[in-house]
Amino acid sequence: MSANHDVRHYPGAGLMTTVFFLWLYAPIVVVIWFSFNENRLVSVWSGFSTKWYTAALANDALMDALRVSLTVAGIATVISTTVALCAAMVLSRNSDLRFAKLSETVVNLPLLLPEIVVAVATLILFSQLEFTNGLLRLIVAHSAFCTPFAFLPIRARLQGMSADYEEAAQDLYATPFTAFRRVTLPLIMPGVFAGAMLAFVISMDDFITSNMLATGGTTTLPVYIFSLIKRGTTPELNAISTLLIVASLVIATLALALSARAMRRA
Amino acid sequence: MRRGEAVEVFNVSKMFGTYQALDQVSFTIKENEFFTLLGPSGCGKTTLLRMIAGFERPSEGSISLFGAEIASLPPHKRHVNTVFQSYALFPHMSLEQNIAFGLENLGWAKAKRQARVAEMLELVHMSDFAKRRPDQLSGGQRQRIALARALAPEPQVLLLDEPLSALDLKLRQAMRDELRALQRKTGITFVFVTHDQDEALDMSDRICVLGQGQIQQIGTPSDIYEEPQNRFVADFIGATNFLEAEVVSLNGDQAQIRTALGLEFTAAQKGVQGPGAATMSLRPEKIGLEEQASGNVFTGTIRSRNYMGGFTHYAVETAGITLQVSRRNALSHAESYDIGREVKLGFRDESVRVLGQ
Ligand SMILES: Nc1ncnc2c1ncn2[C@@H]1O[C@H](COP(=O)(O)OP(=O)(O)O)[C@@H](O)[C@H]1O
Ligand SMILES: [Mg+2]
Repeated sequence: MSANHDVRHYPGAGLMTTVFFLWLYAPIVVVIWFSFNENRLVSVWSGFSTKWYTAALANDALMDALRVSLTVAGIATVISTTVALCAAMVLSRNSDLRFAKLSETVVNLPLLLPEIVVAVATLILFSQLEFTNGLLRLIVAHSAFCTPFAFLPIRARLQGMSADYEEAAQDLYATPFTAFRRVTLPLIMPGVFAGAMLAFVISMDDFITSNMLATGGTTTLPVYIFSLIKRGTTPELNAISTLLIVASLVIATLALALSARAMRRA
Repeated sequence: MRRGEAVEVFNVSKMFGTYQALDQVSFTIKENEFFTLLGPSGCGKTTLLRMIAGFERPSEGSISLFGAEIASLPPHKRHVNTVFQSYALFPHMSLEQNIAFGLENLGWAKAKRQARVAEMLELVHMSDFAKRRPDQLSGGQRQRIALARALAPEPQVLLLDEPLSALDLKLRQAMRDELRALQRKTGITFVFVTHDQDEALDMSDRICVLGQGQIQQIGTPSDIYEEPQNRFVADFIGATNFLEAEVVSLNGDQAQIRTALGLEFTAAQKGVQGPGAATMSLRPEKIGLEEQASGNVFTGTIRSRNYMGGFTHYAVETAGITLQVSRRNALSHAESYDIGREVKLGFRDESVRVLGQ
């Protein structure tokens, strides 16, 4: 390829890139910067302090919300990833499956539906069933909408993996289950891991459904943060946001490193 | 079961949807035999092998292993192992673990397993590599490990699907000899799939030529080469000249024929129904030039020459027909004939095969 075709040499490309990254990251930088502001007013800088972090960590309501979010996300991740793994196995390893195309569409459809519609529908269904346990309602709903997100990377990984390995395993006297456990699963692990991470993040991040289904004592983190904003932004909110950013970065880095290692071995 | 029959394939057909991949295929493979399935790409070799391994079910017919019907057994219950074309070594396991995998599933005790793995690594000259992973090996080394892994559980039959096709030329020749030696040493029945006629002729005890989903001929390498049963086999195995001929009369497996070259003689025939048009096959190396011309002698003109080292290939035109002639360069200064030169050609009656249309 000649240098002329490299987009970096287009006029204005450098400026565009700078503007793009500023637009993307400036708000985040501002949040982190002002989380260390000593002043009560968010936009007036009056000196460095970590007191808002102390306040955030001492906030029981916040910690409760975090606990609810982690519980729901943890359980929903396990359930949705398991369901997605089963669906992907069936769809990828049965050449003569009837309604294969339709089944795949049904699994993926929730990605295309507006979440508010699904949330309202879920709320109505749960009321009809008189299903009132707040935490369980969240877990069931989150497991459902996380499944297609977990499904996509697992399915991609399975499709990219030759069926030869599974056949070789069975040829070497492994029962179908042993072949799955000792050969297929380790080889698609990067996909399963990516799917689980995606499901976890989607669940942690969810606001619409969680807000709709929230009852007393089952406020998730996003729902709690939103309620804080309604009372006006405080520096404490900046501190909470910064902690969330750091936690996300740590998790994302860990995930990338782990999946890169798994990829190298596969 | 008659003694000594390792695999019996009886009337096996395979349909993929409406496409018939195999049509009424029957053969038996003897114990300790190096048996080759040879045919062009897409003729159904892999499908046949996968049916013996258990990855495909025959649409019709039966397959037996040492007398026991296995067509309905899943792959993990058949005492048959496969060397896959892609090798399919497990990338997340060391070579040792790869070889031990089958033994673990069979429930071998740890000490016995370790001894067997060491023995297998030794057999394929890879003992120093036990702890490595497959991605740290060259193509030839992977091939060896795939063999060791498949041989470790002492299968009743070893299936090999074009195992040499991914190797470069030199290595391929060396692996041919190694495979053959390994088969003799272990005494295991090998079913070897290839589309390479040289490989098949070189390595096999018997060859089954497949074409268009049907068996074209089964026989020893020299049977297949010297006595092709039909035009497909004569054409697929080695190079040959096909000439239009007219059968004047038939006498058992001998035919009195008249050729377009104006020669009339008696030759062995296969599949000719009666007098009339037929095809004769004459191998390039069976035609003598000049002082080597004997039997049915005629003249022609050299049209092209290709020096191949051990041989020189000529195209010789006679009576509007171009014949491929191959002459061995036996002496270091063997005479070579220039293009345009008139030469004497000759072939013996017994070199000709007359084939049905
Ligand atoms: N699973 C399958 N579905 C449909 N057609 C198949 C399948 N497997 C093989 N075929 C077809 O059957 C024919 C024989 O295939 P194969 O046994 O792989 O040939 P070979 O190994 O001799 O090259 C080919 O035309 C191939 O396209
Ligand atoms: Mg094949």
